[in-house]
Amino acid sequence: MTESTDVTSGQPAVSTGRLSLYLKKIASLFFTVSLTLLGLLLVTFLIGRVMPIDPVLAVVGKRASNEVYEAARLSMGLDKPLYHQFFVYITQVFQGDFGKSLLTSNPVIDDIARVFPATLELATVATLIGVLVGVPMGVYAAASQGSWFDQFVRVFGLFGYSMPVFWIGLIGLLIFYGMLGWVGGPGRLDIFYEDMIPTITGMILIDSLIAGDMTIFWNAVSHIILPSLILGYYSLAYISRMTRSFMLEELASEYVITARVKGMSEQAVLWRHAFRNVLIPLITVIALSYATLLEGSVLTETIFAWPGLGQYITTSLLSADMNAVLGGTVVVGILFVGLNLLSDFLYKIVDPRARQS
Amino acid sequence: MKIRKLIAGAGFLAASLAVAVTPTTQSVAATPDDMLVIANRIDDMVQLDPAEIFEFAGMDLSQNVYDRLVSFDPHDLSKGVVPGLAESWTLGDDGMTYTFTMKSGISFHSGNPVTAYDAEFSLRRAVLLAKTPSFILTQFGFTADNINETIKAVDDKTLVIKTDKKYAPSFVLNCLTAGIAAIVDKKLVMENEKDGDLGHEWLRTNSAGSGAYKLVKWKPGDSYILEAVPGYWRGDAKMKRVVVRHVAESATQRLMLEKGDIDVARNLSAEDVKSVESASGVAIDNDLRGRIMYFSLNQKNPVLAKPKVRQAFKYLADYKGMADSFLKGQYTVHQAFLPLTYLGELKDQPFSLNVEKAKALLAEAGHADGFEVEMIVRNAQERLDIAQSLQNTFAQAGIKLTLSVGTGKQILGRYRDRDFDIYLGAWGPDYPDPQTNADTFSHNPDNRDEAKLTGKLTWRNGWDIPEMTKMTDAAVVELDTAKRAGMYVQIQKDHQATSPFVIMFQKIEQTGRRTNVNDFITGSAVSDVHYWTVTK
Repeated sequence: MTESTDVTSGQPAVSTGRLSLYLKKIASLFFTVSLTLLGLLLVTFLIGRVMPIDPVLAVVGKRASNEVYEAARLSMGLDKPLYHQFFVYITQVFQGDFGKSLLTSNPVIDDIARVFPATLELATVATLIGVLVGVPMGVYAAASQGSWFDQFVRVFGLFGYSMPVFWIGLIGLLIFYGMLGWVGGPGRLDIFYEDMIPTITGMILIDSLIAGDMTIFWNAVSHIILPSLILGYYSLAYISRMTRSFMLEELASEYVITARVKGMSEQAVLWRHAFRNVLIPLITVIALSYATLLEGSVLTETIFAWPGLGQYITTSLLSADMNAVLGGTVVVGILFVGLNLLSDFLYKIVDPRARQS
Repeated sequence: MKIRKLIAGAGFLAASLAVAVTPTTQSVAATPDDMLVIANRIDDMVQLDPAEIFEFAGMDLSQNVYDRLVSFDPHDLSKGVVPGLAESWTLGDDGMTYTFTMKSGISFHSGNPVTAYDAEFSLRRAVLLAKTPSFILTQFGFTADNINETIKAVDDKTLVIKTDKKYAPSFVLNCLTAGIAAIVDKKLVMENEKDGDLGHEWLRTNSAGSGAYKLVKWKPGDSYILEAVPGYWRGDAKMKRVVVRHVAESATQRLMLEKGDIDVARNLSAEDVKSVESASGVAIDNDLRGRIMYFSLNQKNPVLAKPKVRQAFKYLADYKGMADSFLKGQYTVHQAFLPLTYLGELKDQPFSLNVEKAKALLAEAGHADGFEVEMIVRNAQERLDIAQSLQNTFAQAGIKLTLSVGTGKQILGRYRDRDFDIYLGAWGPDYPDPQTNADTFSHNPDNRDEAKLTGKLTWRNGWDIPEMTKMTDAAVVELDTAKRAGMYVQIQKDHQATSPFVIMFQKIEQTGRRTNVNDFITGSAVSDVHYWTVTK
């Protein structure tokens, strides 16, 4: 508990030094992030160019005359060398312009702004379920290693990992929507409620609360609960297994033995001592699991008619809509980088050593 | 301690949320009486300008939002062309000049009156924008240079169209029922013009029609919502609101239909149709669509070019067996190149599986011991199933069939290059006139390799038919519609008897609907879906 004094105390000279250190850190961070995104853009761009599909045909259609085809090819800049095309693309991207989607005629950025909130909402609820259930499961499984509960968690996790999502999705729909009627059907809302509240964040749960319309809120909850439980199950399976293995490692440490010898209660040993150390690697696990869900799950989105990012990128890819694919990929890339930064930041909150360094 | 409390609190919140949600969901019952809710695959809808729409889902929307000069009567498609926005039309003595008289008192959704100037603008615009479906109009000789003379409004009520030569009037009028000939609101569209684009950019995501419905909202790949326009000239639509939601998965559509959350499911698989048929409150409609499934024999191959060999193959397909088993509900047996419901349709089915007859024909052709041959086929399940069935029946007559499976691009590439023995595939008509298929199945003006008429299936198969080409040319300019229909029947009979095309099936579309939904007309092979006819 003495570390914090170092952070708050300090003389002006030290502060200046620290400031320049921060600036350096920020500059290096910016450099790394830019390089990562540039690399991502380059790879996606090249894949888009070597794919055996013709982006011009996607624009003009199969029956276009040679003149129309050629005019479109020139206007798309495809006669220019590859490096030139990439440079033009990069320049546009840095101005926030991902171009227009062929498929929807909208600027790609508008499309992403429309589909991403649906994915964000689903992924967030799913991750909450994964964390709130998966973490305690993992902790208690490790604490009672070899017990029936531990076996159950392992089998449950394995099951979650090995079941195909489309199967679980359809069975879930059949039972809970089709037979029992406990949850809403596919889609984000019942069709009667479509467009009844203004879009502010694009996340219906939040927008309906802002609008103060509880009927729509509960309807949205009834629709999101099943797909998020299914996606949540997958992240739960991963998170509980990882928590269990981290915990097992910690529980074998000497400080845990010391704490137990000192007569500390089991709960205190688990949560106050061991879990705090587990939290550090766990943050990375949760962040990565969250980021994976934010990419959008194509199968879940397809089965539940959920108009999210995964479906958008896949449909675009299948239609040779490279602007949309590149835009979507960059957004996913930014998300991964952002969540990595967030977990770095969270380390500092939970780990005093990281804060000090 | 704080973390533990936090986790416990959040867990409690999640649990109470799950409990609280239960009662709210069960209250949702059937859809309202004046609302039609449809599940469909609409991710092929890329934009909404009728000058560019050429995909199924887009055509459905266009059919309900826009009117044309002429159209089909959805309740009786066999009647042929009936008045649309034009109340009447005449053909000049030259056989090339069509004069349309517009109906009075019809308005666009904007309130602007529909005049002949709107029709002139819409047709000219379709030619000038030169998007994919524009060939349906430009095949009559309209070009960017001559449209000021060839498509001309004389006054508010009169539109004159002049084709470059004589065509069968039924051909011209059938083409004017196509989506490309939709009439748009000139004033509104031009108010939204940008850089001389004739309002194309704006119309890609908006609507400017006079149809029974106006577009309320389109979320690409997600849904679109239409609202009935009061005072529609064909009568007010009973369904005040139509919501079409993209549901890609057939099993999901089936569940929603069974629950009554949707009124119509448009993409049920054969398995789901089978399961849903017995469900209470659900009915299945079968409607013929335009797609034809066939295999063809390359006439550059000297063995396949022998007339008796060609004939033998027609007795070596198990038409009924396939249609009654793995194609059940998806395809019906059909053996002529015009889809049923087209002008000049031919219902004759002279061929069935007859191995003995085929063997006798092969023996007469000098191939009593059979031969080896390759079939190219796209990697799609139903085509592979058909190919395997053919492989089996061919083998019974001693023909050893090797299947070469590839992607659509690979197979089509070889087909267009005349580099194959037998091709198995499908053909869909582009517009609702027999010429669309006759032009490709029975017309080949130049069979030389260097002619490269790759758009024609006759050329791809190296089938040289000067006589049948002449007959097809004659049919397309025949002024008398009944006579013209008879000519197509004759061409198809000759085609059945002599061609290297073994036409096997026509597509059936199966639509699941709640039993309280009536008159949901999907438009058969010649038209598209009509929402304004629906009642509950």
